[in-house]
Amino acid sequence: MKLIFEKSKPGRLGFQQPVSDVPVKATLPQKYVRQKEAALPEMSELDVVRHFTQLSQRNFSVDANFYPLGSCTMKYNPKFTEKVAALAGFAELHPLLPQLRSGEKYVQGALEVLYETEQWLCEITGMKAFTMQPLAGAHGELTGVMLIAAYHKAKGNKKKFIIIPDSSHGTNPASAAVAGYDIVSVPSNKEGGMDIVKLKAVLTDECAGLMITSPDTHGVFNSHITEIAELVHAVDGIMYYDGANLNATMGRCRPGDVGFDVVHLNLHKTFATPHGGGGPGAGPVGVGAKLENFLPISRVSKCVDGFFALKYDYQDSIGYIASFYGAFGVILKAYAYMLLLGKDGLKATSDHAVLNANYLMSRLKGVYRVAFDRICMHDCVFSADRQAERGVHAIDIAKFLIDRKIHPPTVYFPLTVKEAIMIEPTETESKETMDVFVEAMLEADALSQKDPEQFHSFPKTMPISRPDETKAAREMKVNFFAQNE
Amino acid sequence: MEIIEHYLYTKEHEWINIEENVGTVGITEYAQSSLGDITFADLPSVDKEVEQFEQLLSVESVKAASDIYAPISGRIIEVNDELTEDPGLINKHSYDKGWIVKIEISDMDETSNLLTGDEYRSYLETLERDDHQETEE
Repeated sequence: MKLIFEKSKPGRLGFQQPVSDVPVKATLPQKYVRQKEAALPEMSELDVVRHFTQLSQRNFSVDANFYPLGSCTMKYNPKFTEKVAALAGFAELHPLLPQLRSGEKYVQGALEVLYETEQWLCEITGMKAFTMQPLAGAHGELTGVMLIAAYHKAKGNKKKFIIIPDSSHGTNPASAAVAGYDIVSVPSNKEGGMDIVKLKAVLTDECAGLMITSPDTHGVFNSHITEIAELVHAVDGIMYYDGANLNATMGRCRPGDVGFDVVHLNLHKTFATPHGGGGPGAGPVGVGAKLENFLPISRVSKCVDGFFALKYDYQDSIGYIASFYGAFGVILKAYAYMLLLGKDGLKATSDHAVLNANYLMSRLKGVYRVAFDRICMHDCVFSADRQAERGVHAIDIAKFLIDRKIHPPTVYFPLTVKEAIMIEPTETESKETMDVFVEAMLEADALSQKDPEQFHSFPKTMPISRPDETKAAREMKVNFFAQNE
Repeated sequence: MEIIEHYLYTKEHEWINIEENVGTVGITEYAQSSLGDITFADLPSVDKEVEQFEQLLSVESVKAASDIYAPISGRIIEVNDELTEDPGLINKHSYDKGWIVKIEISDMDETSNLLTGDEYRSYLETLERDDHQETEE
């Protein structure tokens, strides 16, 4: 497929601007005026429509195919939430309206959505208050670590580092480092959880907190989590809950009840709002009583007469961490999702997500080596090391699956498992869909025994087969015109 | 897996080749093959003081970003600038042209915390045995 710049024909138009009948007075200083015309593609409207329609058809999306990308919770996004988010009463609100004098009374519905979403997330996580502002999971992490830092500063604590398990998402150490802390990594034990003995060895008074995903990235529930929390609290450290995997435990286990002080949730994972390129995301942060005073502003409060108001007067607040009120459209979709499912529905969501992952694990474990042989949570982790001995690596199996119209699972993560393949089906997939996936995985294994050489040519059905990832990373070219120069 | 006998090694798979009081540091054949194609090395600056077993730099490969640790304490006196243009040298020539930094060693006694070529070879064997046991489980 040609790039839009290659399709451009000089002089071709998709839109004709009316000639201005207002006298033009040049006000821009000459030095700012473009010397050369902008190199925009010149195309007809139909050409543009076809170009982007064809591009969209090449998109490998959850709307078209099974997408078991472990740890990412690529669940289906129900379409009715789009409808709710498009309601004119929400979609056409001006973000400054609530900040005008008496403006709040025109946005009561929107403020109620923010307020109620906060309340429900508090109920789900066992936290005391939430900020809805962070615009993505990693932004939520940064906000959370800034809250931790504010807490220690207010208490005069001298803290230096944050403890993170070796199985963590890379964003955890990155967020803690950006917030000014050193990182201390603690290895996992054979069961996939944090090694308590090794945790004790590094835990000192200088520990600001511990960031952990629960259930963790290995797809296992950490049965020592309360003990870990007690140890961290004993040095006045803060327990940070990375909510990337909350989809496994909603309604079954609340982070606040097992000792966590601060959590971030990914609405684009657990609460079914669009993910990645279909985003934007949202990473609200919840806190227990210890950290509440430090939450970002503005905060939505409900007055005794039921009126919703934005409040800014919090002296210890860390201030603004995003413009306005967060990704409101995303929050609204998550609100609609929770409203539709209700308490029992959310619980059933987690139950089915776990059941599906265990179904896949039990069907594949005879053929692929399971990394942690115990009941798994939202995802299951395999190692393709047996297949790798035949010359067929995790990446080759991933490429094979593309030809079966299945999005590859996560490969080579977590880093703690060799030739890792991490599979997360989510609750929305039927047994039939999962069976198609299982058959494809079994077929890949059988082929690795018969004809491993074949794997190097997969995928065969895609517009591009195997892009040179190494070259792409080493010689990055992101500008079409620069590469032609 | 290739191992150079007279180099010293860490359990994190760095090597150091000591001549007089200067140690040339790189990562082992085992490390480069587990990392996969290296795409970027975030080289430290010359004159930086480093502590033994503390983070020296991080490298990015097609699979992951990983930390490389200093096998010994001292001052960095030279970095391999060629890696900026061609980080793949670490993959292709991990024990010579793919060296990363040269450290002026501050405490020669620290070498007792390192593994000899033989010890490193046995260590790699235990790693592989562990993997094998897991397979049997």
